[in-house]
Amino acid sequence: MSDLPKWYELPPGGIILEPGSSLRNKTGSWRVIKPIIDQDKCVRCRLCFLYCPDAAILEVDEEYTTKAGRKYTVTYKVNYDYCKGCGICANECPVKAIEMVPEVA
Amino acid sequence: MAQQLLKKKLALSSNYAVAYAVKALDVDVIAAYPITPQTHVVEKLSEFAANGEINAEMIHVESEHSALSAVIGASAAGARVFTATASQGLALMHEVLHIASGMRLPIVMSIATRALSAPISIWNDYSDVMNARDTGWVIYFTSSAQETHDTVIQAYRVAENPNVHLPVMVAYDGYIMSHTVEPVEVVEKEDALRYAPKKVTWPRLDPDNPVTMGTITSPDWYYEFKYQQVMAMREALKAAEEADRVFGEMFGRNYGVAEGFMLEDAEVALITMGAFANTAKVAAVEARKQGVKAGVLRLRLYRPFPKEKIVEMLSNVSAVGVVDKAISFGAPVEGPVFNEVAGAFYSSDHRPVLASFIAGIGQRTVLVDDFVSMFKKLQEYAKTGRGPGESIYVGVRA
Repeated sequence: MSDLPKWYELPPGGIILEPGSSLRNKTGSWRVIKPIIDQDKCVRCRLCFLYCPDAAILEVDEEYTTKAGRKYTVTYKVNYDYCKGCGICANECPVKAIEMVPEVA
Repeated sequence: MAQQLLKKKLALSSNYAVAYAVKALDVDVIAAYPITPQTHVVEKLSEFAANGEINAEMIHVESEHSALSAVIGASAAGARVFTATASQGLALMHEVLHIASGMRLPIVMSIATRALSAPISIWNDYSDVMNARDTGWVIYFTSSAQETHDTVIQAYRVAENPNVHLPVMVAYDGYIMSHTVEPVEVVEKEDALRYAPKKVTWPRLDPDNPVTMGTITSPDWYYEFKYQQVMAMREALKAAEEADRVFGEMFGRNYGVAEGFMLEDAEVALITMGAFANTAKVAAVEARKQGVKAGVLRLRLYRPFPKEKIVEMLSNVSAVGVVDKAISFGAPVEGPVFNEVAGAFYSSDHRPVLASFIAGIGQRTVLVDDFVSMFKKLQEYAKTGRGPGESIYVGVRA
């Protein structure tokens, strides 16, 4: 903490002079359980993407073929930098393709 | 220079004296909600706006919480702003008071001080402002319509001083001053703007240079911003003294952060604020006729508290009484200003006998004779070297 700016080095009143600096606040560090998406069970319904309160589900243009041979053109991934582990995605998933796993065993 | 200025005197209540000051300062945005005994301030400003005498946006809001929130937004956008309230209105504003000071916005607000419910009292005391003393606002208490007018003008110079950037409250006694008409020499717009030029000295919201205001801070950051406020408040004392001195040079009137009356050879003194000081001065003259060497110290700047100045002004006084117009229930001694005066003396070498007087609660009348009695009590304390140890409730039926 001693390497942080001194009181007189900070802009007054907590003003943030640099737009978008909140990206540097990696809120994923708060997480105690993390979502793991089973790409073979996932039916690409997009509900996790829509429900995530932190926009931490990424919709990636990445092809995936399931073990059963079904081909998808998109893949859903978790942005662990900002996922707080709330579990809403796992709760909403209609095919139970998301499992919440403890960060520390 | 002062002689060159055209002397224009109007018969004004302190409420109207505030409105005329705001008019002279070319304020951009005014938001307020009516509350007795402040209402005349914004009523007059609305009249000025309707007549095209001021070029200000009047925002009629649904509560005092919104009034201060609205001027915070306007101030953040770089506007010169004003609001006014009293009593329950100031209480309803309470959380926003901290936001205004924490965001370091130079907002000016006038308070026609009034007691707090329950039971309901529309009459005067200082319970409302005493509740707001730790909100990070600079706080003045004035004692005449002229001084109230002048102090609102000084308030903008202090608030907008780059070393300060804090909101300022100008408090005066509800009814006793807010509704009493006195002759006031009105400062003209041209002179007011020469004294307090309109210049955005504080960081503002600007689409070309975007910033974020009102952010959240984690434990790693919050403390430093509060310490910035501590240092700004210390600077505010110097800024208030400067603003008063320059005002005197330009307009031929100034008041000091604290005013002494017959203190030079006083053995006992009363510390008062606001309109009480006027009665106390008359009483000091009367007490001297009755053989008590009395003096008065009127505290004009309450936040930041000018402790060194007060200790110095009372350095030859043996007994000091503090007259409080508010009660701090359950405090070591129930007078809020008393506790601060006691604190100021505890860290000095001079230790006069101290006494706390509570008076004027809910505008209970306090007469010259009541003040004379206080001076006489102080003389007794000075003789015995012992104070009463607890607050004396002047005029309560007991």
